[in-house]
This record gives sequence, structure tokens and C-alpha cells, in this order.
Amino acid sequence: MKTLNPNVVVRETAQPAVLPPEKTLLDMLYYMQMTRELEFRIERKLYRQGKIVGGVYVGRGQEAIAVGSCIDTLAADVVCPSHRDMGAFLIRGMSVRTILAQYMARKTGATRGRDGNMHMGDMKHNLIAFVSMLGDNVPVAAGIGMSFKMRHEDRVVLCFFGDGATSRGDWHEGINMAAVMKVPVVYICNNNQYAYSTPLERQMAVENVADRAEAYGLPGEIVDGNNVIDVWGAATRAINRARSGQGPTLIECKTFRMTGHSAHDDAGYVPSALFQYWEERDPIARHEKFLIERGLITREGADEVKAGVNREIDAAIQIAENDPFPEPEDCLKDVYYEG
Amino acid sequence: MALTTYVEAIKQGIWEEMESDERVFVLGEDVGIYGGAFKVTAGMLEKFGELRVIDTPISESAIVGAAIGAALMGMRPVAEMQFADFISCAFDQITNFAAKCRYRWGAGVPIVVRGPSGGGVHGGPFHSQNPEMYFVHTPGLKVVCPSTAYDAKGLIKAAIRDPDPVIYFEHKFLYRRIKEELPTEDYIVPIGKAAIRRKGTDISVITYGAMVYTALDAAKELEKEGIELEVLDLRSLLPFDKEAVLDSVKRTNKVILLHEDTEIGGFAGELAAVISEEAFEYLDGPIRRITAPNTPVPYSPPLEEFFLPKVADVMRVARELNAY
Repeated sequence: MKTLNPNVVVRETAQPAVLPPEKTLLDMLYYMQMTRELEFRIERKLYRQGKIVGGVYVGRGQEAIAVGSCIDTLAADVVCPSHRDMGAFLIRGMSVRTILAQYMARKTGATRGRDGNMHMGDMKHNLIAFVSMLGDNVPVAAGIGMSFKMRHEDRVVLCFFGDGATSRGDWHEGINMAAVMKVPVVYICNNNQYAYSTPLERQMAVENVADRAEAYGLPGEIVDGNNVIDVWGAATRAINRARSGQGPTLIECKTFRMTGHSAHDDAGYVPSALFQYWEERDPIARHEKFLIERGLITREGADEVKAGVNREIDAAIQIAENDPFPEPEDCLKDVYYEG
Repeated sequence: MALTTYVEAIKQGIWEEMESDERVFVLGEDVGIYGGAFKVTAGMLEKFGELRVIDTPISESAIVGAAIGAALMGMRPVAEMQFADFISCAFDQITNFAAKCRYRWGAGVPIVVRGPSGGGVHGGPFHSQNPEMYFVHTPGLKVVCPSTAYDAKGLIKAAIRDPDPVIYFEHKFLYRRIKEELPTEDYIVPIGKAAIRRKGTDISVITYGAMVYTALDAAKELEKEGIELEVLDLRSLLPFDKEAVLDSVKRTNKVILLHEDTEIGGFAGELAAVISEEAFEYLDGPIRRITAPNTPVPYSPPLEEFFLPKVADVMRVARELNAY
């Protein structure tokens, strides 16, 4: 990795100096595996069976980013996920059943059928629902940080977006405002190198998203987004900066979208060599290898994690499939406060 | 007792809410040190400090976005658009983020977005617009347009206390031209309630904002001719007081719909539909609209004068309708 900007820190993957505790390392595997298997069911099974209507967007290959950055957030912290951050919902405590019910448009889903797929939020878990207008959550996160600052609360906000979102005006307005206000926000970019079919070089003329940080006066850091421990390290540093009143950080996680933009997109425009390159850097396989080499898990143990999440998903699908759809007249409710 | 101007009334309303509720804060361009382009927030920085009176970059979308984020965390932000025209820059945050949170995932967004709208001050195409209908067409928002100092104060207080996003359009032509004695005790003007500004028997003029005064001036003149106009001030457009509209029309049987906003897609069209659906048999004449023409708001005085609906327009249409 290289940067045009001498002030942007680039972290090459190496033996990390500081590691998360053993339990966290194992939890990371669980959440990444749950993300991948859950999204596999959603995209490759339920959607193709016609049990999910509309659009489906997954983050295959990008699991380390949400997991590595959210794993140490506290209950009082706030997370604004983007559309390829399933791990954020899982770590923040949204149940697999609620998520599946959301995708299957049930009354028991996170939006009770009002919205679909990754557009989930729940104030109980301090999860802010994403909207399709990319980058809109960037100024919203700045405002959340402002409220913490006003009330002298020791809380931070994590805000996620893709590389494509950084072309939008809201992204620039929001990053600038966060930097000016010095609010406790960690901005995390999943740079998966494609915005739908448009490759990065047609999205921006700078090499890295993080190169933009300098222009707004906040630190930028580039990490290997397919290494969950590297992501964790960068997030930990940025969260600590935010908590100690030093303001926002922009973390760019280099990764790759191992699917099309959405379930209907075969990604025929992506050169197959790229898929192959990134397949060899699969974040789950790498983390399994790391855990096995460190003696923290056996091969069989790792396989059992995968089998275990699949059992959980089976059980949740059973329930969610039998959950009711909303009543048609529910359409009219909750546009405004109803007491 | 001192008279309070319309602009001072808005300030008083925000000030009192900030005093009584520490969740309330203001943010916007030049609202702090400068006290706002029209001085709505003058003195607030000194009184409430820089954490609650926030000068922001020129970023309308981020101003509203930040207000949304703070509101989701339980705050009550009042975001200023320096001119209501600039609200177009924040359109997405207002209509996609703020307006839809409650419906989608049950999260209330109690923000107020306020700013000076309207013409008559030679502001030209970008400092004179009436952008209310963009927002009236967005379920999940509330839209208010006060015409009196009493309402300006009562509606800003109601807007701040409202659990949903409220777009508050103040009319800059009225800022210092309108003054009245205000109650000393705390009061609000409920959102969604119209007010009859003049009782009349012959024709209902249904209007809002600065056009209330155009209607009242016309009524005064027409009185001499024996034509009695009733002037109904909507005060809120979303939700609007349908009962008051229908009640007035059913009593006078003739109606003029008057607004400073342009014609196509203006609020008059919606009112005309409601009246013909629900009070058709009470009508003794065609529903008449008086609005600005379908052009941008022009700058040069003769052009702007032509653009804005005038007392003479109301008088002409009222005479025609009276003779119908």
C-alpha cells in the first residue's frame, strides 16, 4: 500500500504489537463466520427461493471491517452501519431472527416491514438505520458526536461507508464539520474498490480515500481491511483518540467486494484475477489460520464455529419464516408520533 | 406594554425554550458571534455559550444532518437556514433521513429547521423563494408558516416541543413590519390549527404568511363596496386545518385561495381538491386561485412587483366572484 500523502499513516500487516484478549480473538471468528453464513443464506438461498423480495446487498470478503471495529464498542457507544456491515448489527445485539425477519419483510423485523434488507436501526442497541443516499450518515454521526460533547458524555460514534459514498457532498460536508467541531467520531471506509460497476479510478483521482483526511484536518489511517486484527488495532487507536477528546479519525480499510453490487449483479465487469487475488486474502481463512497457529483453536474447533452458526441460523429461519407479515393497514401508522 | 416584532417573537420563543429545556440548542451559519443574518439568534451565544449556539461551516446538508444525529440522541436542535432558499441544499437529509426515521424504525427526529422565506425585499431568485411545497409533499414532516408575532412565537415553541421534524418558514417581509403585544406567560400555538383573521360572509380568502395582510388590506377596501371577505390564516400547511377550511367555505359559499408561492403544485391546488371533494355542493362559484406566476422570483422592482400577488388582484377576483 502506498499513499500520496506523507501525513497519512499506512499500516502494513505485520505481527501486531498489541493483540486483543483471547476471548475477543475467538469472538471475532464467531462474528465473521456468522456474518458470512447468514449473508450466504440470505443471498444464495432465501433470495433465490423467492423468500426475500427486493434488493439484497452483502459484504462477502469484507467481514473483518465491521467485526474488527465494532467488537470493542461499549453499549453506550453508537454505530451507524452502512450496507455491507452485517457484523455491526450482530455485535451490537440485534438477533439473527430479527435480521432474517427484516429481510423477509415480516412484522417482527427491525423495521416491521416498512423497510428492507440492511436498512435496520434500533435505538435500544444504539444502531442508526442506514438510508440509500450514500454518505448521509456522515453528518448525522457528526451530530451524534456533537450531542456527546455538549452533554460531556464519554461515548463515541462509529460511522461506516464505502468508497463510492466518499464522492458525495454529504460525506465532505460531514467530515469537515466533524473535524471543525472535533467530535468523537470514528469514520470507517470499506474501500472495496467498486461502486456498483464503477472502479475506484473513475470514482476519485487520489490514490486513497484516507488521502482526503489531511485536507479536512483529521488523521487518516490505511489498514488491511481483510485482517481483522489490523482493523481492530486502527479502530482501537481511533476510539481512544475520540474518547480522549482529540476528535475524529478517518480509517480506510482496503478490501474487496467478493460479489456483485447486489444479488442480481453477476459482477461480470470485475476481472477474475482480482477475485482470485483477494480470495487468497480471505479475512476468515486468515483469522482461522492465525488462531490455529497461535494454538487458540484447532481446525476442528474452527469448523465447529462454522457449524454452530449454521445451527443458529437454521433455528432463526424456522422462526422468522413463520413470523407474520404486517397487516396491510399498518402502512398508515407511525408516520408521526402516535403517543 | 411594549410591542414585540415578528422577528423578536421568534427569538423570544427559542430563547425561552432554551432556558426551560437544556436539550434545546441552535446551529447554523453565523448564528453565534454575528447573531444570525436577521438577528434571530442575537445574544444567544453570550447567554447560552458556544456548546448550545453553534456557528457551523456553510454546509446546509451537514447542519441538518448533525441536527438529526443530535435529535436521535435526545437533543432538540433548532437548525437555521440563513435563507429558506438554501434549504434545497439540505433537501435529502430532511426528506430522506429526518422524515422517514420514525416510520422505518421508530426513531423520532425532533428537529426544527427554520429560515426566512418570501419576497418583497428585492432579494432576487435565491433570497426570496417560498419552498414550502417541497416539504408539504413529504409525509413525516410538519410545515408551518406563521403570519403574526403571536404565532411566530407560539409556533416556534410548539415546533421545538414537537416529537417530529418541523419545517418553520418565517416570512422575512414581516420581520420588522409586524408587531403586537404578546402575553407574558408561556404559550404555544398548536401546529395544524388555522385562525380566522377577519370574519366575513361573502367570500373566504384562505391564505398564509405575508399574504394574510394582502387579504386583510383587500378586505378593508372591499368592505366599502359591501363585499365582506373572511380571511382564514392557515398557519400550518402540514398538517393543515381541514375543518376550519371547510367550515369557512360552507358559510361563505365562495372561495379565493391566495398564496405567494407559485401556482403549479402550490398549496391552493391541494385546497381546491379538498374543497371540491368535501364541500362541492356548498359552492356558489368557481374556486379561484391567486398566486405568484410560474416563474423564479425576479429581482428588479417592477418585475418583483408584478410577481407578487397584490391587494388589487384580490379585489379584482373578489369582485368577479361576488358578481358570479
